[in-house]
Amino acid sequence: MENTIKKLKVSAIENGTVLDHIPANQLFKVINILNLTDCRNQVTFGTNLESKLLGKKAIIKIADRYFADDEINKITLVAPQAKINVIKNFEVVEKRILTVPSEITGIAKCSNPKCITNHQPVPTRFATVADGGHLKLQCHFCEKMTDAENVVILAKN
Amino acid sequence: MPKSLISIHDFTKEEILHILDVAREFEQNKSQRILQDKVVATLFFEPSTRTRLSFETAANRLGARVIGFSDAGNTSVSKGETLKDTIKMVSNYVDIIVMRHPLEGSARYASEVASVPVINAGDGANQHPSQTLLDLYTIRQTQGRLDNININMVGDLKYGRTVHSLLQAMSHFSPKFTFTAPSELKMPQEYKDFLDKKNIPYTERLELDKGIAETDILYMTRVQQERFSDPMEYEKVKNVYSLTASMLDNAKPNMKILHPLPRVTEISQDVDDTPYAYYFKQAENGVYVRMAIIAYLLGYK
Repeated sequence: MENTIKKLKVSAIENGTVLDHIPANQLFKVINILNLTDCRNQVTFGTNLESKLLGKKAIIKIADRYFADDEINKITLVAPQAKINVIKNFEVVEKRILTVPSEITGIAKCSNPKCITNHQPVPTRFATVADGGHLKLQCHFCEKMTDAENVVILAKN
Repeated sequence: MPKSLISIHDFTKEEILHILDVAREFEQNKSQRILQDKVVATLFFEPSTRTRLSFETAANRLGARVIGFSDAGNTSVSKGETLKDTIKMVSNYVDIIVMRHPLEGSARYASEVASVPVINAGDGANQHPSQTLLDLYTIRQTQGRLDNININMVGDLKYGRTVHSLLQAMSHFSPKFTFTAPSELKMPQEYKDFLDKKNIPYTERLELDKGIAETDILYMTRVQQERFSDPMEYEKVKNVYSLTASMLDNAKPNMKILHPLPRVTEISQDVDDTPYAYYFKQAENGVYVRMAIIAYLLGYK
């Protein structure tokens, strides 16, 4: 136990959820998508950590909190390779598999400046489209494509 | 939610053909006052004389009353009313809404807020489905069929929404396309990929005069100066894509020239007197097609 803790850059949690393998530059988008800015639980995160898979990665640990599938799947938008570990009593008890939701509502901003959703109080709505290895969002309203990688996450009120 | 017409994708091939049949019936019998107790709203948040007059004529010929505005400037929109509130209110007054709005996606949104059918008369550069349906109607009228037509699209194929919607709608009918455009305004790759997926052949050309001989439908569009980064390029292109009567010597006898209008320099006036000119008749057809759309969405045809 002691040995493990020494190696960890972000300290372990007793119970809760660990989000690993988040691309370093997408960390704050993940925080926004999951609305962690309003979270009252202990949240620890590290970024620009070495990663063989991603080069630089980020990790988030949220104590005493577990996510529903439709909530956690939203982060596939910006962190498709993220690993979700459910922790109970310092042990990984479940590894969750992320799946891309078919529809994304109210999180992402449409990249078309002339889209109605960027001018009037209309909640955004997109269908997800897999284009080769890239995820794209097709706006339900203006029908234009937004690249998931560069998507702007709307701030929650 | 009542059925609306927002995008050409909202109609199946069968519905498209049904609308064209109903439109032909209206052309043969222009005044059928089947909507005498109905009110049609034409909400034009952005001016468009031709489209508005066409829809209002269609509504009048069906016997309906028309309310609306042709410019959002002197409405509560200028006081900051949201589109949602305008549509909610108008929905309670009328039986069907025809709307043009400069913002893309506005028509889809309106149709989800409205309690009556909405017809999209243009939402920015996005969709203008009644134009596509009247193009299809005109193609069928001039060629006697929609299948296996050789369509040569000319001009701004990059930004022109009419050519994109027409391309998608024609994909139901095994067409052959020629895309004639300057390199700045070529047909975008996504539409070429769409055709490849459907095994629909196309050729791309830079010059207009070479491709005319094998064309059934010459679909001209306006090349807008503001699309060019280099004004010299525009000057060159402007003349290359200007159709004159002398260029039509090798045209097939059934060939017809269409244009969504307004035209500027891309079709010379001497073309108007050739048997190939069909753009004014095309605009007239818009009335019958819009009569058919209104009557269909209200459940009368």
